[in-house]
Amino acid sequence: MKILVAVKRVVDHNVRIRVRSDSSGVETDNVRMSMNPFDKHAVEAAVQLAEAGKADEIVIVSIGPKQANDVILTALAMGAHRGVLIETNERVETLAVAKLLKAVADEEKPDLILLGKQAVDDDSNHVGQMLAGLLGWPQATFASEIKAGEGGLEVTREVDYGRATIALPLPAIVTADLRLNTPRNAALPMVMKARQKPLAVRPVAEFGIDISPRLVIDKVSPPAERPGGRQVADTAELAAFIAGEVKELEAL
Amino acid sequence: MATLVLADHDLGQLAPATARVVAAGLQLGAPVDVLVAGDDVDKVATAAAALEGMARVRVARSAALATPSAEAISALLLKLAPEYGAIVAGSAAVGRDVIPRLAAGLDLMPVTDIVAIHAANRFDRPIYAGNAIETVVSNQTQQVLTIRASAFRPVGQGGSAPVEQVDAGGIAAVTRLLAAHRTESDVPDLATAQIVVGGGVSVGSAEGFKLIERLAHRLGAAVGATRAAVDAGYAPNDWQVGQTGKIIAPDVYIAVGISGALQHLAGIQGAKKIVAINTDPEAPLVKIADVALIGDLFAVVPELIEELARLGIGGQAQG
Repeated sequence: MKILVAVKRVVDHNVRIRVRSDSSGVETDNVRMSMNPFDKHAVEAAVQLAEAGKADEIVIVSIGPKQANDVILTALAMGAHRGVLIETNERVETLAVAKLLKAVADEEKPDLILLGKQAVDDDSNHVGQMLAGLLGWPQATFASEIKAGEGGLEVTREVDYGRATIALPLPAIVTADLRLNTPRNAALPMVMKARQKPLAVRPVAEFGIDISPRLVIDKVSPPAERPGGRQVADTAELAAFIAGEVKELEAL
Repeated sequence: MATLVLADHDLGQLAPATARVVAAGLQLGAPVDVLVAGDDVDKVATAAAALEGMARVRVARSAALATPSAEAISALLLKLAPEYGAIVAGSAAVGRDVIPRLAAGLDLMPVTDIVAIHAANRFDRPIYAGNAIETVVSNQTQQVLTIRASAFRPVGQGGSAPVEQVDAGGIAAVTRLLAAHRTESDVPDLATAQIVVGGGVSVGSAEGFKLIERLAHRLGAAVGATRAAVDAGYAPNDWQVGQTGKIIAPDVYIAVGISGALQHLAGIQGAKKIVAINTDPEAPLVKIADVALIGDLFAVVPELIEELARLGIGGQAQG
């Protein structure tokens, strides 16, 4: 089985983000960037399938500026085999991302495409589903377990009522949730070795896909601030407060 | 052109969130139809028809729709799309699964997880785990949207919309449900509960979570948990509240032993009142709480349950 994994370079999830004072967006200059955490779970899942003898090649693809090479290298150090960077400095919406990934899938013909369920910058949670729609492939989003069988997968998904296990034929799209696995930290020799692995950098124009945005971002604002409250001295005072709230709700 | 709202349902019950998604749909300013897609869905259709303000309920019956699958539901919506100016779902598991796939099929950019509607083409959505709010304008020919239900007030139940059948022929299920692992619980729906009691990793064990559940029972509240508590196996995954779990907006959120990681705070920002019980006065959640009690949860919570009983709280379930 051949696996394609899409990864995104985002503001590191531990960074406390700041909205620009001109409301144009979130400050990304001089901010630590790293691989989208959900994508790490997707890469780890691919590497585990390879280690179990279920996959023989893992191709990593990312879309973004030259620096996005770093997240591809992270994935190669985790055990993927080669990388493709679709280079652009433009803002690329999820629909255009899905179209570019479809173009790569048409070339690479993978049996399975793994992605993180969402990127922690725009929190869209679109690309896996859109790519599945464009390819006409089945999808298993929010995966917490993947079992590969003959010609198909059994995937356990996190859903509103708990978990659901579904069977789907290959080729297919799976998007990773946090409980899918524990991503490895690549050891230094693997990091060194990653630099020897093939990494093709291709300008976005090469794909002939219109990536101009469909949506206008009018403004980006900080959320409403919550004023701090008060501390109560004991449980009786706390109970009185909660009881007051409950009685108010009952009165409505 | 009219708006189509996809009803969310499970085990033959209309999800309470749908009344909120309909309310959001009505804000777009066009007549609203509700689509009920499933197999054995008579009760769901009846419940949907009682929602106020709708033009009609459309029911698509097919064995292929017996369990929700993105492939089948998006294929159905693709067939109906030419009749509508906007297609709307809640941003729960099914809506998140279906709507982007549908949008790609229509060559449209969806706008998802909407928390405010300023105009039929201008929306607010949170980004960066709610640490910023993006206002977007969509000048596309059609809108494909998901709504964060907790951000909208539900419509009333006094409606009587006509129920019509939709041809669901040619819809095939590509995936197959092998097993549903449901969390057995008699607490209210987390996504729409008025009161939620949340537990963090310092609750210490699955047994410790029973204490959280007892407090929730007393208050007729739903139970939530942090990612760390779920990862540690103290609580089931569908109780997780936060950026990657459920987003809640109860009237009262009682956070027990939760320090307040950014990703958890993202899930509770819509709460009207926040109560924190924590040993650490410097915990981020204590800082944003309306009322905080500094103390050991294992001492405080049993006392609190007794006090509430003494004050005559409990015994009646709350929505």
